Amino acid sequence: MSETLAFTRTPSVAETPTHYCPGCQHGVAHRMVAEYLDAENLAEKTIMVTSIGCSVFLYNYLRFDSVEAPHGRAPATATGVKRVSPDKVVFTYQGDGDLASIGMAEIMHAANRGERITVVFVNNTVYGMTGGQMAPTTLVGQKTTTSPAGRCASTEGAPFRMAEIVAGLGGVAFSARVALNNVKHLAQARKAIRRAFEVQLAGQGMGFVELLATCPTNWKMTPVQANEHIEAAIIPTFPLGVFKDIAKNAGAC
Amino acid sequence: MSADGRIFVKGNEAVSMGAIDAGLKGYFGYPITPQNEIPEYMSLHLPKAGGAFVQAESEMAAINMVLGAAATGARAMTSSSSPGVSLMQESFSYMATSETPCVVVNMMRGGPGLGDINTSQGDYYQATRGGGHGDYRTPVLAPSTCQEAYDLTREAFDIAFRFRTPVMILGDAILGQMKEPITRGVPRPADPAESADWGLSGAKGREQRIFRSLFLAEGVLTAVNQRLRAKFEAMASLARCETFMTEDAELVVVSFGSIARIVKSSIRKLRARGLKVGLLRPITLFPFPAEAVAAVARQGKRLLTIEHNMGQMVDDVRLAVCGIADSAFHGTLSGTIPTPDEYEAAIEAALTGGSK
Ligand SMILES: Cc1ncc(C[n+]2csc(CCOP(=O)(O)OP(=O)(O)O)c2C)c(N)n1
Ligand code: SF4
Ligand SMILES: [Mg+2]
Repeated sequence: MSETLAFTRTPSVAETPTHYCPGCQHGVAHRMVAEYLDAENLAEKTIMVTSIGCSVFLYNYLRFDSVEAPHGRAPATATGVKRVSPDKVVFTYQGDGDLASIGMAEIMHAANRGERITVVFVNNTVYGMTGGQMAPTTLVGQKTTTSPAGRCASTEGAPFRMAEIVAGLGGVAFSARVALNNVKHLAQARKAIRRAFEVQLAGQGMGFVELLATCPTNWKMTPVQANEHIEAAIIPTFPLGVFKDIAKNAGAC
Repeated sequence: MSADGRIFVKGNEAVSMGAIDAGLKGYFGYPITPQNEIPEYMSLHLPKAGGAFVQAESEMAAINMVLGAAATGARAMTSSSSPGVSLMQESFSYMATSETPCVVVNMMRGGPGLGDINTSQGDYYQATRGGGHGDYRTPVLAPSTCQEAYDLTREAFDIAFRFRTPVMILGDAILGQMKEPITRGVPRPADPAESADWGLSGAKGREQRIFRSLFLAEGVLTAVNQRLRAKFEAMASLARCETFMTEDAELVVVSFGSIARIVKSSIRKLRARGLKVGLLRPITLFPFPAEAVAAVARQGKRLLTIEHNMGQMVDDVRLAVCGIADSAFHGTLSGTIPTPDEYEAAIEAALTGGSK
């Protein structure tokens, strides 16, 4: 029996096995970003700012020049990169704990300043790397290792809807939420990632894309169950959509 | 500007000019007294000199903007004062490990806690012991005049790039706020070659470059630490100090920064009264000029360390002369501004009464 490859590896994805759990969608997110940058011939001018979370070894999987930011600070580090190298393509890749908890100030201010960067935000509703603790995006009622009875909205707050919050800030040119759980959503995700970079390249402001992604391990589900869980439980709290997309020819100061 | 080309500036302005003349490409900072003249000066002058100025949302953001800019090979810096520098420590540790060169200015203020906005030397330990988590050191330069603030800031960038390390300028409220004439040198743009083989520019025609500080594979972190240790040891060549009237002195005071200037005044007064006292002023605090201090002790001169804290540098003085001699200590505390009279009395007491 001969094998047929469903897709080829885009050159910016390194030929190395990842450390991700079966069914984890970090790898899918990595690949989609790399595919866009390769398709547009941007890989050679890309500088990637990695963050602290399960994707901390991103620089082993994507072959871009990289700087590892401390937990939560990637938007500040990306600001530093971009301000001295305005001709480079700069993006951060951050989890929900990184971006919406410890790094909340950095993302808010970078967005508000309209840093010409792209933010790839992977929301899996838990702190994956540290073993599944409650995240700022954990659903109300969701059981985690630090919310054993389920997240309680009246004492732990409701989950932050970052794509909507970020869309409300003046410096943001594009903000959308997409999911990685089925073919239709992947097509939307591909489009959103493209727009999130296009606004950077056009100098219009920050491009922000939130990707709803699985963490089967900490959700204690099979990969298939995790995909269904995104549809049934996560999307109702985190609606998909484009929350801001400024006109393609909009100016900037 | 005076006829001889000198300009009359505050220490904070001198630092800013030194940085711009050294080819600064990015300044990122958050307001805190007594260093606000630095971001103010930078916001006006750095863009004109072709660099980027960003007022950051916090000191944590500021130092991580420095990390990003510096990783591209650009000359980048931040400045702050004690509480703000505490907030930056995690990133100093990352940058020391990922070997990212930058300059950080700490114009120390009174502490601990929110303290006050007057002068202090309370951050000596923090500055010279790395400050953040883990096993690392960074060079620390301690100017005592506005001219030296200008010169050492310029030089700090060269050291940062030579060793690929964060470098700290450790000043204080007195240095930052006092005005003195300085001679400004000729601006020199940074040499692009200094970062050509490690700066991030996009992986074009070469392998990707990575600034990282996480090493989980067996043995790798040990190897990184061995390389870092060798570098910290090589920094010993930077050790430098000024000596003043030590030749025939019976007692030598060890003191740094602006406090050493007050001590100098006291020494002049004591000399005028015929007392044989001198000053050894460390200019580098890390590496500490231990050899120079030990040499003084070997000549049989007594030592007195004077600091504007409860006794921090005195540890380094005692380590330098361990087995040869000891050092007496006189400390004034944050919250007061020390006077030449007080130090004069302390030096005289140490000279006539021996160690106290
Ligand atoms: C200053 C600091 N605090 C805490 C940690 C521990 N830590 C590492 S990853 C992480 C959470 C990551 O969660 P998230 O950003 O959601 O990424 P995921 O692993 O889920 O992809 C934490 C708290 C750290 N490395 N640094
Ligand atoms: S713990 Fe979760 S986020 Fe981390 S690799 Fe496993 S599945 Fe992915
Ligand atoms: Mg997460």
